[in-house]
Amino acid sequence: MVTAIQPATGSMPVTPMTQPRSPGSWCACGASLRRDFVLAWRRRGELFLPLLYAVIVTALFPFALGPDPQLLGRIAGGVLLVIVVLAMLPALESMFRADLEDGTLEQWLLAPQSLALLALTRVIAHWLTTVLPLIIVMPLLGALLNLPVKVLPVLLAALLLATPLLALLGAVLSALAAGARRSGILLALMLLPLAVPVVIFAAGAVSAAQSGAPYLAPLSWLAAALVLAIVLAPLACAAALRIAVES
Amino acid sequence: MSRSYLPHWIHWLGSPPNFHRFAGNLRPWLMAAALVCAVIGLYGGLVLAPPDRYQGDAYRIIFIHVPSAWMSLFVYACMAIAGLVALVWRVKLAEVIAMECAPIGAAFTLITLFTGSLWGRPMWGTWWTWGARLTSELVLFFLYLGVIGLYNAIEDRRRGARAASLLALVGIVNLPIVHYSVVWWNTLHQGSTVNLFGHSSIAPSMLWPLLVMALATHLYFFASILGRARTGLLALESGKQWVRKLVSGQPPSPTEART
Repeated sequence: MVTAIQPATGSMPVTPMTQPRSPGSWCACGASLRRDFVLAWRRRGELFLPLLYAVIVTALFPFALGPDPQLLGRIAGGVLLVIVVLAMLPALESMFRADLEDGTLEQWLLAPQSLALLALTRVIAHWLTTVLPLIIVMPLLGALLNLPVKVLPVLLAALLLATPLLALLGAVLSALAAGARRSGILLALMLLPLAVPVVIFAAGAVSAAQSGAPYLAPLSWLAAALVLAIVLAPLACAAALRIAVES
Repeated sequence: MSRSYLPHWIHWLGSPPNFHRFAGNLRPWLMAAALVCAVIGLYGGLVLAPPDRYQGDAYRIIFIHVPSAWMSLFVYACMAIAGLVALVWRVKLAEVIAMECAPIGAAFTLITLFTGSLWGRPMWGTWWTWGARLTSELVLFFLYLGVIGLYNAIEDRRRGARAASLLALVGIVNLPIVHYSVVWWNTLHQGSTVNLFGHSSIAPSMLWPLLVMALATHLYFFASILGRARTGLLALESGKQWVRKLVSGQPPSPTEART
């Protein structure tokens, strides 16, 4: 950062500038979270769109594959995982777009609080408002596809670990694509390579649970990746936001 | 100003007009060397080398396939390094080079996938299997497409180049993770029924054409990147004095010199 100008220590007495104290990081993050929740609540109709999408796609599978409960039960875990990943995509696109257009991002850059921290609160708010409802309706969707009951807790655990991870990775990409013209399919293209390991481990846990094998190892891998992403992804996201705003 | 630890010629080469001239002089030589190497390597590989004991003549596709596979990774590494330089030091030339690497690398990756598929049909009886190497190569192809797509989707060229460079760096962290997770996934689901590189040693009569072909692809890449970077620089600097001078072939008029 810029080195502060040293106050002149001479005959002239230095009058301390009466600056308002900048609020702490917690305070700023709380305010940011509150704002995101209020905005989400004002447009609460949009929150149902990913849910609707997931229900529609889930309902299409039995029509395409036939209503055989055995077959549906075998593929339900993987299908639901893919549906959740796809349902997350449209919302990811708009994560930073409105803030870039109305100048909020520039205020973030100017704020004394860490940009990475503010980006992390945005991801948390995004996950709570758009992804958590998807996980809540998972038992219902699982029932539609005849998912075995013993697999459901593992699927939920895998989703609770995998979706924040995807949201963090998606935030980096969304920040990168914030300045792009049409980023819908581009975001999907960029997310695919990053989503491959996440989907592999989440589906690995689900299929292990389905066949009665121990499923803790893939879940642990997911948890480790999530911890790593919580630390690193906001930093990458902040760098991407700087690129989007600067020049 | 901080002291520079780099030799003087790097600063000299980083200036767009100097690079343009230097690359223009070097490129034909590299291209000619690449052509000579490719002719020698292909002759050695397709004519001189004996047919394989098990695979017959079908194995000869490795003289295209393997150098392309090496290049698909090498070009990605070049792109990531140039992207890092572009992000950290904001060198305009590095931005151009990083972005011009992407289409070349994507082409090499596509050649690798295509030739591998051609080879897989008679050898494995299938065009595609979800083996670790194949899947990683496919993911690499998508990474290249993502970089190209992001660069082209952002209006401002330089901002697009920096954003895509960051994506390339994210990708280089991601690539080993993808590779090892796919290996893990494959071993979990099923044992590999086909062994891609079963033979551990390769006969010298087959090795030397392979190495010559690898040299040819490297030379071709360098020649190609120099040419692409030249045109990229011209497009980026199209309003500048030196480009006008170069294009018109005349000394600038006094009014232009003032602005």
